[in-house]
Amino acid sequence: MEFFRIRRTIPFMRHALIFNVISFATFFAAVFFIWQKGLHLSIEFTGGTVMEVSYSQPAELDKVRGAVASLGYTDIQVQNFGTSRDVMIRLPLQKTASGEAVSTAQQSEQVMGTLKARDASVELKRVEFVGPQVGKELATDGLMALLFVIVGIMVYLAFRFEWKFAVAGIIANLHDVIIIMGFFAFFQWEFSLSVLAAVLAVLGYSVNESVVIFDRIRENFRKNRKLSTEEVINSAITGTISRTIITHGSTEMMVVSMLIFGGATLHYFSLALTIGILFGIYSSVFVAAAICMWLGVKREDLVKSDPRKDDSGQEDPNYGAQV
Amino acid sequence: MVRQRFANRLYPVPAREPATHLNAWSKMNRYPLWKYLVILVALAIGLIYTLPNFFGEAPAVQVSSAKATVKIDASMQQRVEDILDAAQLRPDGLFFDLVGPTGSVKARFRTTDEQLRAKDALSRALNPDPADPTYIVALNLLSGSPRWLTSLHALPMYLGLDLRGGVHFLLQVDMKGAVDKKLEGLAGDARTLLRDARLRHNGIERTSQGVTIRFESADDASKARSILASQQRELAYQSSTADGATVLTGTFTDAARREVQDTAVKQNITTLHNRVNELGVAEPVIQQQGADRIVVQLPGVQDTAKAKDIIGRTATLEARLADPDAPRVPREGDPVPLGSELFLHGNGAPVILKKQVIFTGDRIESASAGFDQNQRPSVNIKLDSQGGRVLRDVSRENIGKPMGIVLFEKGKGEVLTVATIQSELGTSFQITGNYSTTEANDLALLLRAGSLAAPMEIIEERTIGPSLGADNIQKGFDSVLYGFAAIAIFMIIYYMLFGIFSVLALAFNLLMLIAILSMLQATLTLPGIAAIALVLGMAIDANVLVNERIREELRGGASPQAAITHGFERAWATILDSNVTTLIAGLALLAFGSGPVRGFAVVHCLGILTSMFSAVFFARGLVNLWYGRKKRLQSISIGTVWKPDTDAATK
Repeated sequence: MEFFRIRRTIPFMRHALIFNVISFATFFAAVFFIWQKGLHLSIEFTGGTVMEVSYSQPAELDKVRGAVASLGYTDIQVQNFGTSRDVMIRLPLQKTASGEAVSTAQQSEQVMGTLKARDASVELKRVEFVGPQVGKELATDGLMALLFVIVGIMVYLAFRFEWKFAVAGIIANLHDVIIIMGFFAFFQWEFSLSVLAAVLAVLGYSVNESVVIFDRIRENFRKNRKLSTEEVINSAITGTISRTIITHGSTEMMVVSMLIFGGATLHYFSLALTIGILFGIYSSVFVAAAICMWLGVKREDLVKSDPRKDDSGQEDPNYGAQV
Repeated sequence: MVRQRFANRLYPVPAREPATHLNAWSKMNRYPLWKYLVILVALAIGLIYTLPNFFGEAPAVQVSSAKATVKIDASMQQRVEDILDAAQLRPDGLFFDLVGPTGSVKARFRTTDEQLRAKDALSRALNPDPADPTYIVALNLLSGSPRWLTSLHALPMYLGLDLRGGVHFLLQVDMKGAVDKKLEGLAGDARTLLRDARLRHNGIERTSQGVTIRFESADDASKARSILASQQRELAYQSSTADGATVLTGTFTDAARREVQDTAVKQNITTLHNRVNELGVAEPVIQQQGADRIVVQLPGVQDTAKAKDIIGRTATLEARLADPDAPRVPREGDPVPLGSELFLHGNGAPVILKKQVIFTGDRIESASAGFDQNQRPSVNIKLDSQGGRVLRDVSRENIGKPMGIVLFEKGKGEVLTVATIQSELGTSFQITGNYSTTEANDLALLLRAGSLAAPMEIIEERTIGPSLGADNIQKGFDSVLYGFAAIAIFMIIYYMLFGIFSVLALAFNLLMLIAILSMLQATLTLPGIAAIALVLGMAIDANVLVNERIREELRGGASPQAAITHGFERAWATILDSNVTTLIAGLALLAFGSGPVRGFAVVHCLGILTSMFSAVFFARGLVNLWYGRKKRLQSISIGTVWKPDTDAATK
């Protein structure tokens, strides 16, 4: 079975302009939504309390909301979570009169007490309380992790290939990250620490894809002295397209399985991964290569005046030439 | 015919027979024996260390101490065995282990029925008075792996709270409170020292940084400075002039501040250990995190209200005189005189002490085990100046009388020790007696525990109910299973035999990953299971790279053996590069992540390493085993190798 019966090199780079325009458009749309709607951050970043309770019958959200509000909380969120019997209650940090945040772990006790008074069948499944300074720290740590990954990858790519590839790789793949965050902002899905972990994993994986292409570009430059940059890039993409799509397909299968079977806790995590891997194909393959071309990559960047390695011995010299 | 096939090749054809040339390629596709041995050893290790995870958990009973003074040691194990024997119960396994400073004895049984009978038997035998238990007998779950596995240190993976259910607290120690208390003590001491030296001063003030003393004359100031500098190492004194008066400022040195922080945290940790013990939790985790935080994790605890109550409790220590009118060793039924109270000493010996308190626990500055002048183990106690003054007065009038120290928890008091006052005591004194070094150490520990160094506050809390935990495991397992199945089916259909090799390599990868996680006892969380799924999804990339490359080589006209060699070689550089970038992301998460995200990062990083090993080494080993020896290999089963010029699929 062979899905990719490609007779000749597909001239992808002819459409480089269109690819870049599309990617900038989606990028700006994502940034716009992030700015306008904002990310729906989980309590891990903002601080507060989250309680998951389950009733023996489908819960009446209004009653629950009323019960919690009677304790004096404003700005609470009550919603179904998973099934109609499970309810998730989100309480913000309480502030004292002077505006300072109060960190108390007694909130969950109080709330459970009130809920039990109304309906004794309520059962507490999960409580998570994050104090204000811990929330701030987790947010800072998350940003530091993102920064670390970006810098690390740029350094690695500059070292392994060349700075132009580093820049192209990072721009194309950050584009992925922003798109995922744009989706989350648009649909107001909950952005938690696990989602951030998924985003970083996607970033690593996307760059992975770009590396495969860059590797092939370098190999083609070495093998073939007659082809122009555009033709080299085209043949690199054509040569690896089968592998790219099959790998993405396999990883996507695994992630979709997580989405279906993973349950409510992993839901947003797997959602971030699914979107990231899908868009990853587009950004790593087309956008990265197109930006490379625009930055003016030449064979001299990759192939220093080394004595020729033995690669060239056994290759078919006609490989990659167009018919 | 053979020559025709290689007509297009550009490599220099050596002047020898084509058959030997084929040999050269096939030799490159043979692994030396030692490589196969490495694979077999890795396989064996993988199997052994993954096995414990399948044994599930067996019902068990755990015996731990309920009283601060009663310790469990190895002799308890024998006692438990005897009690169970008498009840005609034979445990599957009997273990004694030390968790922090306290020990516990665990007995494993085959059925829950036996477990419950054992609990009854042990409770009745060990706790004659159920209202005041000396030992806690709790139901527990232990890993069911057979003993030969456990002796190899092959343990099941350590499940995080979100898979086991339980409680997680992050406590912040109020350092400011601890430092303030210490400075208060130092200011009081300074006052006493100056009074003893008959130096007049215009006021001693405690500031947030240290102590300030004003003097009229510069002479007094310099004398005071030399006295204070020698007696109070924790403060660095400097003199300055202000408004004609000399001001002596003592600032808390950095070293002293760090020491206060350290001792505060450590003392609190000890206190928490003792308290958590009461809950009978299987494997509590109580650790210092950073400079001033403590992490408490109690797996399996359902009643979070009780847990919070116990952790937030304060304990007090009181020193009282023994009532001289009451008998030294009171018997049951003796009346307790007015103004006194009856307490029990550790294992039950009663003691009658006066109600009046000599000094309380927060007057104790330090308590440590040492040796007296006869080289016998003793406990050295240092009080602050106020406590010392009171003790001096009381001891002066009560030489020869016994004094008891009581630890109050939950409103009930337990006598730690009763010692006779030998002479007039002061701020520093010693308690000697028939103590062994361990007993002296324990007493010192308890004296310190009674005075909570600094108040603690819960700044983060996570509670997972047990049903949710089991649910999460099931879901995680399902997603990995179905994802793996989907990928496996696809790979076999698309790549035929090489697909089978790839799937076997993926299975090997999973085995090694679980084995390493079990060996390292790394914490597995729900994101961790997701990471396993992700790792498998990404690991297949390496195999796809190799397979596609081999197909490309075959398409270009290479011989099968050459295609295999080149496929693996060329792909290796790309596999390395791409895995490094994913590793960078994993390392960043490891460095900056915490809690469940950290579980994800650990599995992610380990998974990348195992997938590199399995995809390249193991997969190649399989291929070499199958194809390596065939010298005149005509074709390999790698699915369709579609050649654009022939347009017919060649198998």
